[in-house]
Amino acid sequence: MAARAPRPGPAVPEGRRSRGAEWSVTLPSFLWLVALFVVPSVIVFAIAFKPATPYGGIGEGWTLETIRTLGNPNYPAIVWRTIWLSVVTTVACLLFAVPMGYFMARAPKRRQNTLLLMVIIPFWTSFLVRIFAWKMLLHPEGLLKRALVALGLAGPDTQLLYNPWAVLLVLVYTELPFAILPIYAAAEKFDFRLIEAARDLGASPFRAFRSVFLPGIRRGIVTAMLVTFIPALGAYVVPDIVGGPSSEMIGNKIAQRTFVDRNLPEASALSALLALAVLLPTFGVLVLNRGRDLLAPKSENSP
Amino acid sequence: MAEFLEFENVHKHYGRVRAVDGVSLSIRRGEFFSLLGPSGCGKTTLLRILAGFERPDQGRVFLDGQDITELPPHKRKVNTIFQNYALFPHLTVRQNIGFGLKIEGIDKATIEREVDAMLALIQMEDQAGKYPDQVSGGQKQRVAIARALIKKPDVLLLDEPLAALDLKLRQKMLIELDLIHDEVGITFVYVTHDQGEAMSLSDRIAVMNHGKVEQLGSPTEIYEAPRSSFVAAFIGDTNFFEGTVDEMVGPDYSRLAIDGFPDVVVFNDKQLKTGDLIYLSVRPEKIRISRDRPEQGAHSNVVPAHVEDVVYLGSHTKYWARVQDYRIAVYQQHNRFLLDEQPIRWGEDVFIRWHADDGFMLERYSESDERLMGTPPEEVGEADNGGESAATGSRGA
Repeated sequence: MAARAPRPGPAVPEGRRSRGAEWSVTLPSFLWLVALFVVPSVIVFAIAFKPATPYGGIGEGWTLETIRTLGNPNYPAIVWRTIWLSVVTTVACLLFAVPMGYFMARAPKRRQNTLLLMVIIPFWTSFLVRIFAWKMLLHPEGLLKRALVALGLAGPDTQLLYNPWAVLLVLVYTELPFAILPIYAAAEKFDFRLIEAARDLGASPFRAFRSVFLPGIRRGIVTAMLVTFIPALGAYVVPDIVGGPSSEMIGNKIAQRTFVDRNLPEASALSALLALAVLLPTFGVLVLNRGRDLLAPKSENSP
Repeated sequence: MAEFLEFENVHKHYGRVRAVDGVSLSIRRGEFFSLLGPSGCGKTTLLRILAGFERPDQGRVFLDGQDITELPPHKRKVNTIFQNYALFPHLTVRQNIGFGLKIEGIDKATIEREVDAMLALIQMEDQAGKYPDQVSGGQKQRVAIARALIKKPDVLLLDEPLAALDLKLRQKMLIELDLIHDEVGITFVYVTHDQGEAMSLSDRIAVMNHGKVEQLGSPTEIYEAPRSSFVAAFIGDTNFFEGTVDEMVGPDYSRLAIDGFPDVVVFNDKQLKTGDLIYLSVRPEKIRISRDRPEQGAHSNVVPAHVEDVVYLGSHTKYWARVQDYRIAVYQQHNRFLLDEQPIRWGEDVFIRWHADDGFMLERYSESDERLMGTPPEEVGEADNGGESAATGSRGA
C-alpha cells in the first residue's frame, strides 16, 4: 500500500498517518511484547490449571483443583488488605505528587532540574537497602520511635513496625517518585497562562487549579495512578520486611507458594488472579480515556 | 469625581528594571484606549496590573471610583483577551465561552442562552461543539472575545490580540474589533506595538517608552504633533534635522539655523526662544519633490537637493534626497496628474519643499534623547521594504 502523503499544515491528525508505516514502526515492539509478555502470561494462566507434583514440578493433565485452593479462607482478608493498601498508596502518592509537580513546573528552569535530581537521587541506593533503612527507623529502638516518644507523640509501647500502616508508609515512600515524574512531565508542558485566563474569568486560585490545571495534566495523573497502583498491588518485599505476618499482601502469598510450598500451580493461580485484578482496571481506564478522545475527534472538518 | 479608570503614579520594578515608572493615566468610560510602545516599554506590565496579575510597587489603580489595586484578578470586573487567546484546550468552544458564567454558579439554562447569544455575535453557532485546536486562528480569537465579553466586564483588556494572525486576517479582525467595540460600548484597553492598529482603532493612545508615558492624545494629535523625538520616530516615519532657533518671525513662526539649509521657517507652537537647541521633524509625505524651483511663499521652505535613491512602491514612491549631511526621505503619492510628468530619477538635481506648518520642533535636551532617535522603531508601519527606515535617515555618512 502506498503511503498517503501527509497533509501540509501544522497538525497532521493522528488517524491520517499512513497505517503501513505505523505497522512497520511498531512491529518490533509488538513482537517483543508478544514474546516476553503475552506468551509468559498465557503460560502462567495455563499452569494454574495443572496439578502440582510433590517435588515442586508440574504434573500431567488438567485440573481445576488449584483454582479451588483460591477459596482458602485466609485469602479474602489478604486480597482486601492488598486492595486497600494499594488504593490508599495511590491516593496518597497523588496527593503529594500533584502539588509537587505543580510546584516543580512553576519553579525557574534551573531549580526544576535540581528538584528533579532530588526526586531521582533515592534510586541511586538499592531498593532493598532503603527498605531496611526504614526498618531501622521504625524499629522499637529506632530513631523515629525514640523521637516520637521524646516528643510525647507515642507511648513507649507503640509498635511502629509490623503493621499495615508501616507497609503503607513505606509503599508511599517507594512509589512516590514514580508518581511525581509523569505528573511533572505533564505539568511542565502545561500552559500556565490558562490559569491566568481562568482567574481572569472569575475563578479563585483553587478553582482555577481544579478546573484548568487538573484536566490539563489528566494524562500525567492517569499514568501516575497506573504506575503506583500496579506495583503496589504486586508488592511483596515491603510487606515482607516491614509488615510481618499480620500485614501480608498477595505478593507474599505468591512468594510463599513458590519458594516455601514449591507449589507452582497455586502460585500461578494467585498470579493470574492478581494479573486479572490489574488488567481489568487498566483496560477500564484506557477505555475511559479513549472514550473521551473519541468525543474530541482531532481530524474532522478542521478548517 | 475621578475618571472611570485611573492609574495614579504607578510603579513596578523587576529587580533593577523599572518596567513601569510612575505612570498616571485616566481612561474614559466607553473609550477605545491604546497603550502603544516598543517591546519592553512597560505596556504589558501596565495591562497586567490592571488585570490584577501584578501588584504595583507603588501607586493606585481606580476603577469606577473603587480602589482595585489590591483586588485579586477574579474579583475585578475586568476581562482579558490574551495574546495567544489562552483558550482551554479540554473544553469545547461552547464550554470555553460559558466558563466564566459556570464559575459564577449561574444556572445551566441561563448559561446556554447567554452562550448562544455570544455564538451568534461571533457567528460561530455551527462550531460550538469543536475544541480550540479544531478551529482557525481567527475563530480562536473570536472565541476569546466572546469568552471575555460574556462576563459583561467594565473594561475589556486586549493584549496584542492580533499579533498571532497573518496580515489579511489581522485587517479583518481590526474591523471586527471596531464593530464589537461600537456594539457593546464598554471600555477597551488595547496593548500593541503596532502603530497601525493603535491609530486605526483608538479614540486615544498613550505612547509608552522605558516605563513612562511619552505622550497621550488622539491618533491625529500624536501623529501631527508628537511631543518628543521618540514619539515622532515611533509613530510613522520622519526626517530629523538638528538646529537652533535663530529668530522669531511674527508671533507664531521661527526661523531656524540648520547646517546646509537656507533659512527654514517653522510654526512655533512650543514657545521656544531664540538660541534654543531643537530637532526639526518633517514627515516624508509632507515634503514635495519637483524638478523646477517652486515659488517660495512666506511659509514654505524650498531646498535644492540631489536624488540618491528612488523606490517605487505602487501606491507611492520613496525618494532619498541629499542635502549636505542629510539624507531626506520623501514620499510622493501617485495620481493621475503626476503620471503625465516625466518621473524623477536617480541622480537628478531637484527641489524639495515643505510648508512651515508641516514641520515641528522638538526640544533637544540630552545625549539620551539623541540615542533614542538613532534607534529605529522595530516595525515601521506598512510595507516598509524600501531601504533603511526614514527615522534613521537624518544624518547620512
